[in-house]
Amino acid sequence: MIDLSIDLGFLKLKNPVIASSGTFGYGLEFTPFIDLNCLGGFVVKGLYLNPREGNPPPRLVETPAGLINSIGLQGIGAKRFVKELLPELRRFKTHLIVNICGENEREFISVAELLNREEGISAYEVNISCPNVEKGGMCPALDPKATYYLVSRVKKASTRPIITKLSPNVTDISLIARSAEDAGADALSLVNTFLAMAVDPETRKPKLGNILGGLSGPAIKPIALRMVFQVVRQVKVPVIGIGGIMSGNDALEYLIVGARAVEVGTANLVDPESCLKIIQEIENFCERKGISRIEKIIGTLEINDEKRD
Amino acid sequence: MYKDKGARIISKQSWGDYYLLEIESPRIASQASPGQFIMVRVSPQPFPLLRRPFSIHSREGENLTIFFQMAGPGTRALSKINPDDFIDIIGPLGNGFKIAEGLAGKEIALIGGGRGIAPLYFLTQEASRLSIFIKVFYGGRNIEDLPLREKFEKTGFTLYCSTDDGSFGFKGLVSDLFAKELKNFRPSCVYSCGPEPMLERIARVLLANEIPGEFSLESMMGCGFGACLGCVKKFKKNGREGWYKVCQDGPVFSLEEIIWKDEERK
Repeated sequence: MIDLSIDLGFLKLKNPVIASSGTFGYGLEFTPFIDLNCLGGFVVKGLYLNPREGNPPPRLVETPAGLINSIGLQGIGAKRFVKELLPELRRFKTHLIVNICGENEREFISVAELLNREEGISAYEVNISCPNVEKGGMCPALDPKATYYLVSRVKKASTRPIITKLSPNVTDISLIARSAEDAGADALSLVNTFLAMAVDPETRKPKLGNILGGLSGPAIKPIALRMVFQVVRQVKVPVIGIGGIMSGNDALEYLIVGARAVEVGTANLVDPESCLKIIQEIENFCERKGISRIEKIIGTLEINDEKRD
Repeated sequence: MYKDKGARIISKQSWGDYYLLEIESPRIASQASPGQFIMVRVSPQPFPLLRRPFSIHSREGENLTIFFQMAGPGTRALSKINPDDFIDIIGPLGNGFKIAEGLAGKEIALIGGGRGIAPLYFLTQEASRLSIFIKVFYGGRNIEDLPLREKFEKTGFTLYCSTDDGSFGFKGLVSDLFAKELKNFRPSCVYSCGPEPMLERIARVLLANEIPGEFSLESMMGCGFGACLGCVKKFKKNGREGWYKVCQDGPVFSLEEIIWKDEERK
C-alpha cells in the first residue's frame, strides 16, 4: 500500500491531485463519472460575490495540443453558491477549495468574509490571475506590488488558508511568487493560462468573441513546469503545479521538480475520469519504483551526476 | 449519462466526405432519445485534444449510430476508425427533441440540411413507434450531399429532396421547398437541424405560419456535460435572455427561444 498523502502544512491531502478551477464546474457535474471523495481536493469555479455573465461567444478554440478559452468567469456568485451548492458539496470527504475573485480588493474581501461564515471549505484559492476579465488580459498577478497589496488584504480578511494562483504572463514569475509569499499566502498555485489568440484567415477575424483568451492543455506543460522549477527555489511555502497535466507522468514531473501537489485542469474536459486515472498512474509508478510514500518523490530532481550517490 | 471507454465499432459506411458509424454501447443506446448527442474521443493523441459532439443518428437495438461529415482534424481522425476498433464515448447528452403529447395520428415535418440530417433519422424511429406521420425534407448543395436519401425513402414516410444545383429533386433551398409544400399540408410541429442560415429561413416560414418548431444547434464544446461553459449562446428561456449552454440547455431549442442573428443586429 503506497502512502499518497501530502502534507501542505495547513492541509493534509489524501493524494497530490486536485481538480483545477474553471475545468471542474462546481464539482457536482463530475459525480456521474467519478467519486469526488477519491480526489486530493477540488477547486470550484471562480466566484465573485454576485452572478456573472462571462464573455460573448465563441469562447473556445482548439489549437495543437491546447485549448484557448475566454469564458470570463461566468458563474453563479458566492451568495448563491453558499445557499444552493455548498450544503451538498460539504458532504464530500475531500478538500473543497473555493476559487475567489473580485472586481476590486473590496469584492475579494467580501467574498472571503461571506465564505468565512460557512462550514465545509478547506481553503481559498485567490484568483489574481485570470486573463479573461479585464481588457488586454490585465490582472493583479502581473505586478509584484499589486499582488502584495491584494494578497495581504485578502489574507487579513480570511479565516482560512489562502492559495494564491499566479499568472504565467510575466517576465519573472518568481518575483511575483515572492511578493505573494511575503504578503502571507499559505501556498502558491501556478500557472493560470497563457494569454493567447487565434485568427481565422478566411474571415480575418479573431476566433474568440473576446479576441484574447487563455491557453491551457499539453501545449503549455513544458513552460509551466519551468516556472514551477523557478518558483520552488525562491519560496518556502508549498507550490501547487498546474499546466497541461494529462497523465501520471506529467504530474510526477511537477512533483519531482518540487511542487507538493498538482492541479489537473483541461484534462477533466477531455476525460472526466482524468484525475482518478492520474492518481492511479502515480500509485503504479511508486509501486514499480518501490517508493512507499509519495512525499519521497517531491523535489528530487537530479541536476547532475555528482548529486547521485 | 455514461462514459463508455470501450465502445466497439460495429460497422462503417462512407459516401465521399460523409460517414456513418455504428457503435456498440448498450447502456448509452438504451438511455438515448432523439436529438441527444454523444461526445467522442476522436484520438488518444493530444491533438485533436477535445472530444467532438455528434448527435445520435439512430438506435439499432444495443447499438447507436452517428452520421458525420469530414470537416476538420477531429472528424478526419474519426473517419479513419474501422470496424472492431474501440472508441471512448460519453452520452447520452443534452435535452433532445420535445415530442409533445397528442401528436399521435398527426403529422410533423423534419427538415435537415447536409450533415444536419443526422439527428432526424432517430426521430423517424421514435415517431413511427408513436404513430406520428412524418414528411421529411432533405436539402444539400448537390446530389452527393444527400447520401441518406434512400435510407429515408425506406422509412415509408414521404421524402422531399432539394439541391442548390438541381442535381437531385427540387432545385433551390430546402426552406423554399418546405414553404412551397406548406400549401398542401400543415405540420403540427417542425423539427430541424442544419446550417444556421437555413434554420433562420425556416424559422421565418414557421413564424409567418404560426407553426411550432424545434431546432438542434451546433456549438464548439469543451466538455459536453455543462462544466466548462464554453458552448454558450444567447437564448431567451422562460422570459429571461442570457447565455445558455448548448450542451445541457440544448442542443435543441424551440423557435421562440432562439435569438436569430438578424434579430441580434437590430
